Amino acid sequence: MSALLKLSGLRKNFGPTEIIRGVDLEIEDGERHAIIGPNGAGKSTLFHLISGRYDVTAGHIHLREREITNRAPYEINRMGLARSFQVTNIFPKMTVFENILVGVLWEMGARYAFWRFVSRDKAVQARTAEILERTGMADRRDVPAGLLSYADQRALEIAITLGSNPDLIMLDEPTAGMSRSETQYAVDLIRDVSEQKTLIMVEHDMGVVFDLADRISVLVYGEVIATDTPARIRANQAVQEAYLGTMED
Amino acid sequence: MTRGIRLFGPWALLALLMLGLPTLFDSSFALTVLSLMGVFIIFSCAYNMLLGQGGLLSFGHAVYFGIAGYCTIHLINAVEDEAIWFPLTLLPLIGGLVGLVLGVLIGFVSTRRAGTTFAMISLGFGELFTAMTLVLLTFFNGEDGVQGNRVYEPRPLGISFGPEIEVYYLIAIWTFIATAAMYALTRTPFGRVSNAVRDNPERLEFIGYSTHRVRWLAFALSSFFAGLAGALHAINYEHVGFETVGVQTSGLVLFMTYIGGIGSFLGPIVGAVLISYLNASLSDLTEAWFLYLGLVFVLTVMFAPAGLAGLITMHEPLMRVDRSLLRRLALPYLAAIATTLLIAAGAIGLIEMVYHLTSDLAFDSKTTVFWIELDTEAPWPWIGFAVLLGAGLLAARRTYPQVSRIWDATVAEARARLLG
Repeated sequence: MSALLKLSGLRKNFGPTEIIRGVDLEIEDGERHAIIGPNGAGKSTLFHLISGRYDVTAGHIHLREREITNRAPYEINRMGLARSFQVTNIFPKMTVFENILVGVLWEMGARYAFWRFVSRDKAVQARTAEILERTGMADRRDVPAGLLSYADQRALEIAITLGSNPDLIMLDEPTAGMSRSETQYAVDLIRDVSEQKTLIMVEHDMGVVFDLADRISVLVYGEVIATDTPARIRANQAVQEAYLGTMED
Repeated sequence: MTRGIRLFGPWALLALLMLGLPTLFDSSFALTVLSLMGVFIIFSCAYNMLLGQGGLLSFGHAVYFGIAGYCTIHLINAVEDEAIWFPLTLLPLIGGLVGLVLGVLIGFVSTRRAGTTFAMISLGFGELFTAMTLVLLTFFNGEDGVQGNRVYEPRPLGISFGPEIEVYYLIAIWTFIATAAMYALTRTPFGRVSNAVRDNPERLEFIGYSTHRVRWLAFALSSFFAGLAGALHAINYEHVGFETVGVQTSGLVLFMTYIGGIGSFLGPIVGAVLISYLNASLSDLTEAWFLYLGLVFVLTVMFAPAGLAGLITMHEPLMRVDRSLLRRLALPYLAAIATTLLIAAGAIGLIEMVYHLTSDLAFDSKTTVFWIELDTEAPWPWIGFAVLLGAGLLAARRTYPQVSRIWDATVAEARARLLG
């Protein structure tokens, strides 16, 4: 297996405060990788650096050997990386169908076209319908996204992320704030959609992490203190100390 | 079949209206107003491509309207001088191109940011071009503006475009083409992405789109149609003045679009028709016309942010559940409308008398309000209007809450029926 995503010597300062303090990490092609760590460890910041929302202070990010450090988010997305957000980030006034459709448009080559109708583009329509079906939102197709329940909005968040048919999917706390049954549904959905793809997710729910992840990285105060299989992470002394037993939750 | 009717029905109706209106209203004044409506329907729809569809609030969109107008009138004069020849019927396309070129150039800079930054830059460019009209005299001719004569040879099918009716039909055809084209744009990938950049620009960046590109394109296309409208405006009046570029015209199109309703395609059309009409008929009748327009705008922003079209479309879900639910709202609505008219009558009476008292143009203390001659120095008219206003306000304290109470109850019942 080769590295799909490679972080080397990654640093991020906000003023004098160092949030990410030299992260080296390789994500392999086809794996499901979870990033865990206490609050304020810099997990979301790391996501923002990789996806282009923040510029890095130092270090490099490579996606399939191509440098993506400090590129614009839309350029990184076009290279095959798509992400979701911790706080639901959808298009509230547009319908569920339109939300997913907007995610599909660029990948299907529609770009900024203003000389043809969306409804006539069979490929776009089919792909949107497929994602709608796959994420279980077909019966809410014409509901304005802002009116959906919280769990449905989280599912829509993932559905939009899938639109660009990315090689690498990054999910930021996909099950945050969900009930137990909703979480189980979300785990099944994530397992299904990350089939044949590479997944990185930040997650607080250890049940979800150990259920889904092939490998886990532990981020503490801006540094990766361990990267390993779930079983070995559970047994790791340093991780135990950093978490003070909260891993058994 | 039904789908075809729903899609093409409104357009057929619009075409019929445009064809038939001049036979119903054939006075010179009516034709002028109808032509004006056409021009501002195009301009408002173009403006709503930015505001309603793309979420960009511009305070200077008259630049593209006005400059295109100046270019058109110069072109007409060049044809008159036999320097070049160009058919009058296609001049709006040239106006559109002028708008497009300006929109591409200025939009590249101004659409880097949305929100306050964009609004400020649009205001800045508006002021810049207004200043230029008073400085670059060879092109803009200062406060006098530029005149032209749209009647030139050859005359296709004997149409000279001299009579107002012929210009009306030219404007009507272009209005139909332009609104149909702008409606079509809302159904394209660009249209969808434009809505997305309005709703959530940050998210759009992470699904492959440059928000700058999307806004830039929206701005350029909107400027094209604004320029097209500006060319028709120039043809209609055979004169372009500095005010067509300035903040007054920019404000007018904002008012039309917003009062009509930015949430639907029909809204700006409703706004343009209504305000063009009021502008033409009331501005001769009262000096306070812009005060009233401003008041209506403020009230719309505060109480009906979806505009007139929004007030109508909010009843659509109720219609779908059960038409009879609407009957319940009829009486409260009538009561609220009656009190509103009472308040308006009182307020308008007082405002008109104040305007008359402070006006330098008044010969004596007599003025005509609501077709009645009144003496502004007598106490009775003042007391009369104050009583109307007071009674209206008192009644409103009952009728307005009643409307919202019955509205809420009706919506709740509709929802219960829908789910149950």
